[in-house]
Amino acid sequence: MSTENKYPMMQISFVLNGKACGTTIEPRELLIDVLREKFQLTGTKRSCDVQVCGACTVLVDGLPVSSCSTLAAEVDARDVQSIEGLSQHGQLDPIQRAFVEHGAMQCGFCTPGMVLAVKSLLAQDPHPNEETIRHYLRGNICRCTGYVKIIEAINDLASRHG
Amino acid sequence: MLPPRFELHRPSTIEGALELMARFGDDATFYAGGTELLVAMKARVLRYAHLIDLKKIGSLAEIHLNGSGGILIGALSTHHQISCNPYVITHFPGYAALSENVANIRVRIAGTLGGNLCFAEPHADPATLLCALNARAHLVSLKGRRIINISDFILGEFSTAREDGEILTHIELPPLPHGARAVYRSFGQQERPTAGVAVVRTPHATGPEWKIWAGAVSSRPLELSLVTEAVKGVADTHVIDQIRVQSEVHAETLEIHDDAHGGADYKRHLISVLARRAAEDCLS
Repeated sequence: MSTENKYPMMQISFVLNGKACGTTIEPRELLIDVLREKFQLTGTKRSCDVQVCGACTVLVDGLPVSSCSTLAAEVDARDVQSIEGLSQHGQLDPIQRAFVEHGAMQCGFCTPGMVLAVKSLLAQDPHPNEETIRHYLRGNICRCTGYVKIIEAINDLASRHG
Repeated sequence: MLPPRFELHRPSTIEGALELMARFGDDATFYAGGTELLVAMKARVLRYAHLIDLKKIGSLAEIHLNGSGGILIGALSTHHQISCNPYVITHFPGYAALSENVANIRVRIAGTLGGNLCFAEPHADPATLLCALNARAHLVSLKGRRIINISDFILGEFSTAREDGEILTHIELPPLPHGARAVYRSFGQQERPTAGVAVVRTPHATGPEWKIWAGAVSSRPLELSLVTEAVKGVADTHVIDQIRVQSEVHAETLEIHDDAHGGADYKRHLISVLARRAAEDCLS
């Protein structure tokens, strides 16, 4: 790989976890690297690197994307939410709390992506049935195979009123 | 892994995109959802110095009604947008259902129909049903426009009839005849289908016509025309089993390869099973 960059850099401005921010990037830079290395937000995990496993899931304008295969240039003028932006005033998001209460994690590597995917699902459909939950999370893989407790946690959230 | 370095161009018009492609030639490619392109670039399978992003051309992501019951889908529409679109849900519910089942939610949100068709990875869902629906590809270049059938657009593995200087702008779905049903069923162990079968049942005065296409099992979707002939005039009460048997017979004659998704015999078996299930859905 050449070390010299003959291509123009790009300026991007976006909202990250509720705060306006900006940075200068190479066009080839991936969102996951910008989050982890430029903003030190290491909750976003790299695993398969090919959009299959869901560990690197972040929300862009509220919808889940694979940050490992998304150019950082794509989030210019958009809203990005990573796992670090979920808790408010030191309080866990209800999804995070449900995962804790149900023990819905083992090694925890898939958990940030799993929680954010659930955040997006519940924003669109606050009371999904189990079939909908399983379908939506088909692309979020837990290598510990801890799916039962994850589904239990989401069923619990989905059955709540409001 | 980072892809090799490139310059990202973001034209706001089709003409601007075509001019950039004319200027950079083989060093450039069009960039849509990136779900295939970026993964291939990261793996160093593909390398381009210039990516021409088509996502700033707003008209390419629109979905319009076209005549009575036909639809014109902008090539930059994502699978997610297609699956949620009221026109698609109303007029082509089988295609909306297919779009809702492509890969996973993140791929559906980023991946575009046009990118999927132009990349022409055989283990994909949309092309098979689009062939069965007689869908057409609208292409534009600096020389002009042309329209070709999707069945002629997909030439083989990673190969299409699109010239380098052409942009696939729209996919046109002609209206389904009154009372016709179109259903797609697929099966795969992972993100991509091992086999997919599209079945279209069209009522006629002389009895229903069944069209069946099989995809993902070969380099391009294939029509099981022998099945159509064999079940002509067969009553709905007996047709399902005939479709299963005749699909198995026709599948025996098709050139199907063993690959990581399964052996050829297994895929032939899947074709008959999926054809039966899709046919049942057409009658339900």
